Amino acid sequence: MIGGLFIYNHKGEVLISRVYRDDIGRNAVDAFRVNVIHARQQVRSPVTNIARTSFFHVKRSNIWLAAVTKQNVNAAMVFEFLYKMCDVMTAYFGKISEENIKNNFVLIYELLDEILDFGYPQNSETGALKTFITQQGIKGQHQTKEEQSQITSQVTGQIGWRREGIKYRRNELFLDVLESVNLLMSPQGQVLSAHVSGRVVMKSYLSGMPECKFGMNDKIVIDKQGKGGATDDAGKSDLGGGSGKQSIAIDDCTFHQCVRLSKFDSERSISFIPPDGEYELMRYRTTKDIILPFRVIPLVREVGRTKLEVKVVIKSNFKPSLLAQKIEVRIPTPLNTSGVQVICMKGKAKYKASENAIVWKIKRMAGMKESQISAEIELLPTNDKKKWARPPISMNFEVPFAPSGLKVRYLKVFESKLNYSDHDVIKWVRYIGRSGIYETRC
Amino acid sequence: MPAVSKGDGMRGLAVFISDIRNCKSKEAEIKRINKELANIRSKFKGDKALDGYSKKKYVCKLLFIFLLGHDIDFGHMEAVNLLSSNKYTEKQIGYLFISVLVNSNSELIRLINNAIKNDLSSRNPTFMCLALHCIANVGSREMAEAFASEIPRILVAGDTMDSVKQSAALCLLRLYKTSPDLVLMGEWTSRVVHLLNDQHMGVVTAAISLITCLSQKNPDEFKTCVSLAVSRLSRIVSSASTDLQDYTYYFVPAPWLSCKLLRLLQCYPPPEDGAVKGRLVECLETILNKAQEPPKSKKVQHSNAKNAILFEAIALIIHYDSEPNLLVRACNQLGQFLQHRETNLRYLALESMCTLASSEFSHEAVKTHIETVINALKTERDVSVRQRAADLLYAMCDRSNAKQIVAEMLSYLETADYSIREEMVLKVAILAEKYAVDYSWYVDTILNLIRIAGDYVSEEVWYRVIQIVINRDDVQGYAAKTVFEALQAPACHENMVKVGGYILGEFGNLIAGDPRSSPLVQFNLLHSKFHLCSVPTRALLLSAYIKFINLFPETKATIQEVLRCDSQIRNSDVELQQRAVEYLKLSSIASTDVLATVLEEMPPFPERESSILAKLKKKKGPGAVSVTEMEDGKREGGELNGGGDRGPDATTMAASNASTPSPSADLLGIRSAAPVSAAPSSAGSLLVDVFSEAGPAASSAAVNDEGFLRDLEPPTETSDSLLVEGSGDSDSAPPSEDPAPPLSEADELLNKFVCKNNGVLFENQLLQIGIKSEYRQNLGRMYLFYGNKTSVQFASFSTTVSCPGELQSHILVFQTCGATGGGGAQIQQVLNIECLTDFSEAPLLNIKFRYGGALQNLTLKLPVTINKFFQPTEMASQDFFQRWKQLSQPQQEAQKIFKANNSMDTEVLKAKLLGLGMALLDNVDPNPENYVCAGVIQTKGQQVGCLLRLEPNAQAQMYRLTLRCSKDSVSKRLCELLAEQF
Repeated sequence: MIGGLFIYNHKGEVLISRVYRDDIGRNAVDAFRVNVIHARQQVRSPVTNIARTSFFHVKRSNIWLAAVTKQNVNAAMVFEFLYKMCDVMTAYFGKISEENIKNNFVLIYELLDEILDFGYPQNSETGALKTFITQQGIKGQHQTKEEQSQITSQVTGQIGWRREGIKYRRNELFLDVLESVNLLMSPQGQVLSAHVSGRVVMKSYLSGMPECKFGMNDKIVIDKQGKGGATDDAGKSDLGGGSGKQSIAIDDCTFHQCVRLSKFDSERSISFIPPDGEYELMRYRTTKDIILPFRVIPLVREVGRTKLEVKVVIKSNFKPSLLAQKIEVRIPTPLNTSGVQVICMKGKAKYKASENAIVWKIKRMAGMKESQISAEIELLPTNDKKKWARPPISMNFEVPFAPSGLKVRYLKVFESKLNYSDHDVIKWVRYIGRSGIYETRC
Repeated sequence: MPAVSKGDGMRGLAVFISDIRNCKSKEAEIKRINKELANIRSKFKGDKALDGYSKKKYVCKLLFIFLLGHDIDFGHMEAVNLLSSNKYTEKQIGYLFISVLVNSNSELIRLINNAIKNDLSSRNPTFMCLALHCIANVGSREMAEAFASEIPRILVAGDTMDSVKQSAALCLLRLYKTSPDLVLMGEWTSRVVHLLNDQHMGVVTAAISLITCLSQKNPDEFKTCVSLAVSRLSRIVSSASTDLQDYTYYFVPAPWLSCKLLRLLQCYPPPEDGAVKGRLVECLETILNKAQEPPKSKKVQHSNAKNAILFEAIALIIHYDSEPNLLVRACNQLGQFLQHRETNLRYLALESMCTLASSEFSHEAVKTHIETVINALKTERDVSVRQRAADLLYAMCDRSNAKQIVAEMLSYLETADYSIREEMVLKVAILAEKYAVDYSWYVDTILNLIRIAGDYVSEEVWYRVIQIVINRDDVQGYAAKTVFEALQAPACHENMVKVGGYILGEFGNLIAGDPRSSPLVQFNLLHSKFHLCSVPTRALLLSAYIKFINLFPETKATIQEVLRCDSQIRNSDVELQQRAVEYLKLSSIASTDVLATVLEEMPPFPERESSILAKLKKKKGPGAVSVTEMEDGKREGGELNGGGDRGPDATTMAASNASTPSPSADLLGIRSAAPVSAAPSSAGSLLVDVFSEAGPAASSAAVNDEGFLRDLEPPTETSDSLLVEGSGDSDSAPPSEDPAPPLSEADELLNKFVCKNNGVLFENQLLQIGIKSEYRQNLGRMYLFYGNKTSVQFASFSTTVSCPGELQSHILVFQTCGATGGGGAQIQQVLNIECLTDFSEAPLLNIKFRYGGALQNLTLKLPVTINKFFQPTEMASQDFFQRWKQLSQPQQEAQKIFKANNSMDTEVLKAKLLGLGMALLDNVDPNPENYVCAGVIQTKGQQVGCLLRLEPNAQAQMYRLTLRCSKDSVSKRLCELLAEQF
């Protein structure tokens, strides 16, 4: 289990140090600083082994979070915990920065005491934590004995993520399908690897203890229903992009702890009592039949030793009615570039010497369009014969549909004790597809 | 040197550096650098030519970026351009860039070399210096190839400025260090040496570094520098502190130069020229005198400089090791430093004293400081100084103060630092062994050692105790008693249990008479420790138990009970389980006789180099070893030379020096001591008797003594190298040709001598070799008589005895008296032979001489066969057959049926069998025709019992020969030998 947790600033100074087990000594703090933060070569592996001690780190802006252990722990669990820890901190005091951490160090220690016990992760649900760890002083809060005991029973009870007695005038529900699409494409346009990792994030403002049921166009469910003859809603829900496909194959998915896994296993239905506020309902990954929103066609020509001509065409590949936003194409330039001239029809393009790349930005672009940029790069002849490795051209964008083809079929809310029904709940659904690592070799 | 003008401030560089310093993160820094690099690239690419200033600025930035750890792959050309600038700063930056970032790019190297060449040939001293510095900084092979011939010229040219000469000397030194084959001094040598006479002290200082390095490689070429160095030194030493102006450092004239001169002199032996030597001794005395004068300044720099010279001077005195007066003075001077409040001085003093202690002249003087050193060991705050103090104690230890030093070291061990404990333990163990007068003291010391610092006692130490106890029967009883007492402590270290288990298992019977240490008490004591021990110790204890069963049959039931219990017989450890099962079976099945044979007392260990000494060497590293060994050898040799009256002391010392405190070394020692001490000691008397009737014992022993000393001279790394010594006579040069292969008839000649000891070994028209030999136990002495049959003298007559291959480890041949050269009528040579274990091949004797200009090269086999070491054994018929049956394993028997070569006359046969060395037993075999013999072959390590039966068949003229020996290889060899005799 986790033996200790340290937070460092960019200089390697320790901001937070919490040791849970005796096998982690003070020198572990320095070992990480010396071997990872101040390492000559940048350490790219998130797990580092120093003197039989494992360090798992994540970096948020300039802040390093490192979990330390001497045991053979489940690395995925440790990282899950670290991410959760980041989420919790963000929920409490916003952006994770050196200043915020310094200002809230008491709170962080308090949180660490709560969410890790002797190195074992505990309840890290922000909603639940906020009921008993607050940023106000004890005085400001007039909790009665009963309320306090209620917290105890709720936190230790069966539904630790939701307290009883929540009331809203308007029962509202927001559902976001957030996907990031990753691609590696050969210069000839062959897909070398592609996958979509998606999240379903919910914001629920519902009264009482509602029972929810979530349905999507999962292939297995659709096929099952197809056999039963119930295909009525197949045509209706064609909200998304280009293809009219009806079901998607989900490779793997994980759920929030509120989802009843037994029911998912037996009936493949997702039913749960939601936490109050924002949370991530599920995470999934697909690799088949991905809609690639953009196609990048590069053309690189070397003219002699001192000149390079680059032409890049991008084509949008979705319904013309949809608009892609925040498009950014990054064309790497050789390390011996001495000058760049760029011409583009649309958007703005600029050579950024500090990043060794030409960055081309387009604010908006409709579907089924194309645009192009051409650049002339002047090179300085160098001594070493090392050939330029030609890193891939990468791209960033945001599209208003789910590239995996996932569609929300329904989200039903049942609350038997209170007097509102599924129809009274206002539901909002939104799809956002973003680029992950979206690269084309040139 | 032109001053940096204000316009050269390079603001852009300063801004860039401060930008980098202000970067919050690594990423930001990389971004800033990328930006700057792009900027520089565009500037370099730009069409309009850059002026020198901006070129310099950008090259500077590139250099800075490179030093931050980023790759730079352009800008070299611009840097090379800077080299041809006329401004000092631009040239300097250019050279700086080149020396930091040079790579073996061929075209650039050519350009760079060109620029350097131009600068070297310019008359501007600063440019020349810059170029020289660049060559030295790069120091690559290409540079050496290009300029190795140029620089010596600059160095010795009459019109070169002093500062350039300095740089040239150091630059040449650097090139010489990287590629010595390219720097050929040849014609420059004498002129370089004469730089020692240069007016300018700086030039001399630089040149002396070069000369020191060069003279280490070819000392002969630079021999002339000694007298120059001495005169230079004496001028500096005798000068007043104000004479040398710039080169006087805190009232000390030219300290660096003095140190370097003294160090240069350390490369050479003492000067032969009396005047030079006298002058040098005077200098050294002056330096020693100056150390006594009150300091001219209270500043630490003053005393540091003064002491630096002093220590170098002392190092030189130690190096010469020939001036007793100076050595003693140096020792006294160091003695003062031992209590100095400056820690560094104390450290240096102790270190120098370590080397002084090994000099015969100052050994006694060093010993006077023993109290101070012991005090330093106890009270010193700095661990490294304590370490040196321990080293010095080790070095100054000899017979007279061994007990005191060992006791002090033991008492210090309890509080010693963990880092040096193991080494201290080894040292105590070695000293205790080396200088042990009575072995009970040795046993006490080592047991104390285990008690005090058990954790640091390595395996080798306790192995050694056991080896010594087993090999010396006089301490066995005492050792058993002592370990028994030591084991009674409630908590004792595991190593103690190991020693205890082993010794009680072997020699527990020696103390069993006392009711307080009766067998059962001993066993219970050992067994009470059993459960606290690790597996290897337990295994050892199990072996001790089974030995107990043999020693004390009354403990059998108890021990069997222990072995039978589940924790032994079903132990999860394979080794323990196996031992328990096997020992249990052995004890319950085997008869007492078998038990007695199987569990016989351990035979003495063959003597090897002391394992602890080897361990200490390993710890110290290879460099240190040879030095200490040499010193040891030297000192021991010296003591033997002067200390013949010590008698037995000297022998043990010699023994421990050869790292073999063993019968073999004893033998040697006694022989060397015998003629001097007149009354032979008891152990040696036998031998001396044997040899005195044989020939001129006294004279041979005297030579022997000398030969032995010669053996000691080279550092003896392993005992193997000691085995065969004496490569011909000392005055003849080593033979140029390889020894010829053995003569074809050598084997035949050998066979002639199987049954006789005296006779003619070899004869041809030039030379006759006669042999006379005696053997007693495992030792023998052989006289070789070389008779010159011609009327002419043999030129460069030399003989060599060698033991080919494995034989080295089986037999020991000392050529104690070399055959003296020339040769008119007869030359005599004496060989001492010791049999270590059984062997089958014979040593080779190689003889070389010139007769009428032609080289004669003969190789013979020395008639040394295994049967020479027989001791006849008389026994009754019953005994004989019992033993005969005991040796019933097939490989122990060797049988051969062969045809008689000679007459089968009874008397002849009897004579031959007696000549073989065995006892001829009558009335043993039921058939009176048969011959039966018994004997024991004595080797150093063990004894091999042999039984022989010869059955002649007169009708068929055949023999059947049967041999049974306790060692199979012996029976085979004997059978082969004897079959040729009948």
